[in-house]
Amino acid sequence: MANVFTRMGDWVNERAPGMMPAYRKHMTEYYAPKNFNLWYYFGSLALLVLVNQIVTGIFLTMNYKTSAAEAFASVEYIMRDVEWGWLIRYMHSTGASLFFVVVFLHMFRGLLYGSYKKPRELVWLLGMLIFLVLMAEAFMGYVLPWGNMSFWGAKVIISLFGTIPVIGSTLVEWIMGDYLPADATLNRFFALHVIALPLVLLLLVVLHIAALHEVGSNNPDGVEIKKGPKGNRWDALKPADGIPFHPYYTVKDLVGVGFFLLIAAFIIFFAPTFGGWFLEHDNFIPANNLTTPPLIKPVWYFTPFYAIVRMVPSAFGTAVWGVLAMFGAIAVLFALPWIDVGKVKSIRYRGTGYKVALGLFVFAFFGLGAIGTDITAELIPELFGDVNVTFWENLFGRTMTLIYFGYFVFLWFYTHLGWEKTKPVPERVTTHD
Amino acid sequence: MANEVVDHGRRRFLTATTSVVGAVGVVAAAVPFIKSWEPSARAKAAGAPVTADISKIEMGQKVDYAWRGLPVFVVRRTKEQLAVLPSLAPRLVDPDSTVDQQPDYIKGPDRAIKPEWLVVIGICTHLGCVPEFFPQIKPEPFDPNWKGGFFCPCHKSRYDLSGRVFSGVPAPKNLQVPPYHFADDTHIQIGVDPKEAG
Repeated sequence: MANVFTRMGDWVNERAPGMMPAYRKHMTEYYAPKNFNLWYYFGSLALLVLVNQIVTGIFLTMNYKTSAAEAFASVEYIMRDVEWGWLIRYMHSTGASLFFVVVFLHMFRGLLYGSYKKPRELVWLLGMLIFLVLMAEAFMGYVLPWGNMSFWGAKVIISLFGTIPVIGSTLVEWIMGDYLPADATLNRFFALHVIALPLVLLLLVVLHIAALHEVGSNNPDGVEIKKGPKGNRWDALKPADGIPFHPYYTVKDLVGVGFFLLIAAFIIFFAPTFGGWFLEHDNFIPANNLTTPPLIKPVWYFTPFYAIVRMVPSAFGTAVWGVLAMFGAIAVLFALPWIDVGKVKSIRYRGTGYKVALGLFVFAFFGLGAIGTDITAELIPELFGDVNVTFWENLFGRTMTLIYFGYFVFLWFYTHLGWEKTKPVPERVTTHD
Repeated sequence: MANEVVDHGRRRFLTATTSVVGAVGVVAAAVPFIKSWEPSARAKAAGAPVTADISKIEMGQKVDYAWRGLPVFVVRRTKEQLAVLPSLAPRLVDPDSTVDQQPDYIKGPDRAIKPEWLVVIGICTHLGCVPEFFPQIKPEPFDPNWKGGFFCPCHKSRYDLSGRVFSGVPAPKNLQVPPYHFADDTHIQIGVDPKEAG
């Protein structure tokens, strides 16, 4: 029997001699730093969620009806009548939220350990593109059930483009294919959500990993293991502080997968709407173009960016500034490798200024999220009694917006003008034997 | 080959012209795909004018009609509601309706053909939500000096009872007034100018 497999393997290798070397390059002979910690789980978890979204998504399309008249009912049909349909849909909807949880943590890891810095700028840029496509993908997926929040969410988000002077209103009609989100909008969003954007996403993920494997992984010490001493147990010429990705990190990641699936299963089985955070209550009502839900708020993962739109007032007869600020909040992340030019990568050895700034940045991100989800509008009267809620919310939100952008301004001055006082970076990763 | 000298200038020219012609072809081929996203003939036809029967609308009442899928508010304003409109000017962004948000026959603080009847598109000029109707002249949680008008639940923009936007809110412009005319005393046709109707 073994002989049959060996012969089959030989047969393939003769005809595709590059396959085994490619496997070794990316798996058994990809030497990753040996000091990865908890923060390094989220890349492989993001890949796991991507696979989950594709598999459950394919099965959802088998029963979903792409039409404004039938979409809502077909989702209810999946939930009630299709065998195990509820599980497949909840896996998909929970997966969407958890995708953003792991991606946000994955990105924050990059900030913690300076993974965006030279030579990994391309890895960061490709990752940011993935983030951008992921947001488009999530938004369009949210529209498909054609609930009332789907409809109004679509309307508000598409209207963002309407604030662009001169071409705005034509552009909005072009995106919707009608004078309001309608059948045409739903159909094109479906096409983009199930085929166009996933193709782009997969390509970008391949490029993201390929670019990473060219330069090698960063690590919690921010030390370049390729520049350190050579020679490990497997190869005399490879970094001493590197261990093969497979089996060492595949096995480590499996532990992370186990924990992650426990949490995901708990949500799917016991709290699939997550109290209105993962699936909003207003989306259990069919779309109605004449009734706005009392409170339109996007799903939680968009709220920090969405709050920025609200916090920037209109000026010179146009509301485009808030929209520009929101897109700017994402665009500025692309430029991060050139804004922060500090030579020390890891927060372990960076100056106090960086630690404080990153802390404030995270605080601002959560603060903006609290505004976007309307938590602040509820908290302010509770904490301070009878005050002008709008005034205090704007004051808080505008401060948070300034801190968000201030992080980047500060980093530019801090690193370009050499204000940062760093600690000495060790020669090798701190946990080497 | 007899002639082994490569003419680089000629080669560059040919590469450039081929690329340009190819690029023009790609742009031309993209046009149908881009145009396919425009509102279809059916969607445009569905945007036909709508006639609203206003004979049963009470004083101070608002009725919504759908025109091109947009909610059109028809409000029958009381004398008290009309009386406060001119006094609101200092608190408004565009009290005289100078920004192009209405047909040219809509003028003055009442922004209407007949002052009693307000006809506006109920779409917030900020991000397109439907504002709510708060007709009472009394303090509201969002404004202690409320004189009646519309309040958008999405981002808290406020408009007066002529659909004029207050300053200091996210919305930049007054509510849009659609083209309309009085077909007779009890019918408004939305989507057609008085001139077109003859």
